[in-house]
Amino acid sequence: MILPAIAFLLIFSYIPMWGVMMAFKEYNLFEGFKASPWVGTLHFRMFFESPEFWSIVRNTLCISLLKLAFGFPAPIILALLLNEVKNMLFKRVVQTITYIPHFISWVVVSGLVFSMLAVDNGTVNEVLMKSTLIEEPINWLSIPEYFWGILVSVGVWKEIGFGSIVYLAAIAGIDPALYEAASIDGASRFKQIFTITLPSMSAVITIFLLLGVGNILNAGFEDILLLTKNLNNGILLPYAQTVDTYVYQMGILNQRYSYATAAGLLKSVLSVLLLYIANTIARRMGKASLW
Amino acid sequence: MQAIIYAVLAVLAFVTFYPFWNSLVISFNTGSDTALGGVTFWARDFTLENYKIVFKEDDIFHAYIITILRTVFGTALSMFFTALFAYGLSKKGIVFKKFYMILCIVTMYFSGGLIPYFILIYDMHLYNTFTFLLINGMINVYNMIIFRTFFAELPDGLEESARIDGCSNFGVFFKIVIPISGPVLATLSLFTAVGLWNDWFTPAVFISDQSLIPLQTLLVQIINAGATASLMTNLNTYAQSMVQNTVTVKALQMATMMIATLPILMIYPFLQKYFVKGALVGSLKE
Repeated sequence: MILPAIAFLLIFSYIPMWGVMMAFKEYNLFEGFKASPWVGTLHFRMFFESPEFWSIVRNTLCISLLKLAFGFPAPIILALLLNEVKNMLFKRVVQTITYIPHFISWVVVSGLVFSMLAVDNGTVNEVLMKSTLIEEPINWLSIPEYFWGILVSVGVWKEIGFGSIVYLAAIAGIDPALYEAASIDGASRFKQIFTITLPSMSAVITIFLLLGVGNILNAGFEDILLLTKNLNNGILLPYAQTVDTYVYQMGILNQRYSYATAAGLLKSVLSVLLLYIANTIARRMGKASLW
Repeated sequence: MQAIIYAVLAVLAFVTFYPFWNSLVISFNTGSDTALGGVTFWARDFTLENYKIVFKEDDIFHAYIITILRTVFGTALSMFFTALFAYGLSKKGIVFKKFYMILCIVTMYFSGGLIPYFILIYDMHLYNTFTFLLINGMINVYNMIIFRTFFAELPDGLEESARIDGCSNFGVFFKIVIPISGPVLATLSLFTAVGLWNDWFTPAVFISDQSLIPLQTLLVQIINAGATASLMTNLNTYAQSMVQNTVTVKALQMATMMIATLPILMIYPFLQKYFVKGALVGSLKE
């Protein structure tokens, strides 16, 4: 019963892992894997020495750190806010609406972003013009410095509601007697959040933080490809190119297979290492760990 | 304090809701009228023209069919093989069970990456085939673990009695295990189906035959083509109506976006409880 699945995993997951060896070869699609000559670490050196290298590293790290810094606490804050709401109908409506974007494809979300930020008649520009904050419409997606902000905001917008589900469940599991005792002792609602709610959620928070750290080099892929119109919006590239998009551009679009594999391999090795370090730290601190 | 919280949440809900609503409104508004600006909450010049054009477009209709076929059969295949795998691994007597588990978990954290995968698919002659769209990611290790946890908690007696009645391993799986796995099966099917419905990247990389690409991927092409209309020459009705100046690129983009999202938005209210439940099984597996 498990044979088909094991065979599937061996073929589709393990053969590509073995295939990373092409990073050390000069792969040629027509000669095949075995016939291609070995070139050692040539492709790694080429990647290090390429003019884009530092901006790619900077973008990958900065975008993922920004995503972690804003995307991680946002659902927790939303869950805390929702927990204070007494009106059940209001709470339900807010939750229902904020979950929606998680299920909408990035394609449609990018379409919405383009429409909202459009130069002519984009809602954001119209509102800012009406409130006389700006005099002329801004072409938001043509200014490289704004790209990180837009990318991170859209990411938070898309996932905040869905991310809050787990935290709300964690809050619901807290013993109400703790709150009663605290309010008898005279703790304000605000103080109760810091002394009861947050500590009770710490195990869940740690696990999600760990997952976030393990993902730190995954600066995003779909969102960047779509918001830069599949890397065709060249103005944004100095701020938008990450290791993943670079692998896609070099490998799939330019067919420099070995070179792109080398860049990708470097990234996955570092990611696994980061996850391992983070997990070790979390275990030492006595909190929950992934394994 | 309470007032501030309500206000913040109301703003958040509005900011989430408005882009969808505005796009819906624009898709029902005459393109040339929208271009004048100021269309926000209600259609000023209501029309069904945008949708008529989109539905008349063969390419879009065709891509829609591909999307539906891929979602339905891809989900069924993935559920069947993943559940079968999980059931096998949930049994106590399996030899090398631990080895199989490690084999699975490694793939969750490490992979060969896009390029070696691409080469493999190319070498296996799966490039540009509908089969590939169905089997890509068919065995989902994450879902397998959730299934396995569920199966492991089923009472042993249930299967033993079926076996005494003469059921084979597969008989037990189909007649006993699958029918009582309703909730977990529904949840995971739903997530898989939404994932397949929304996937544009796999076809964008692995499919070059325009007649095989699903709607989301076509939509990317339509959005990216924008006003330059390089692609619009392929889409006949689009191009014609552009020339006649009855609709604009934006209006058509919005209409296409809406039909790509509509199925999810329509089933959403009925399935929300599963979404929530699914998020919890998925994240609190430890």
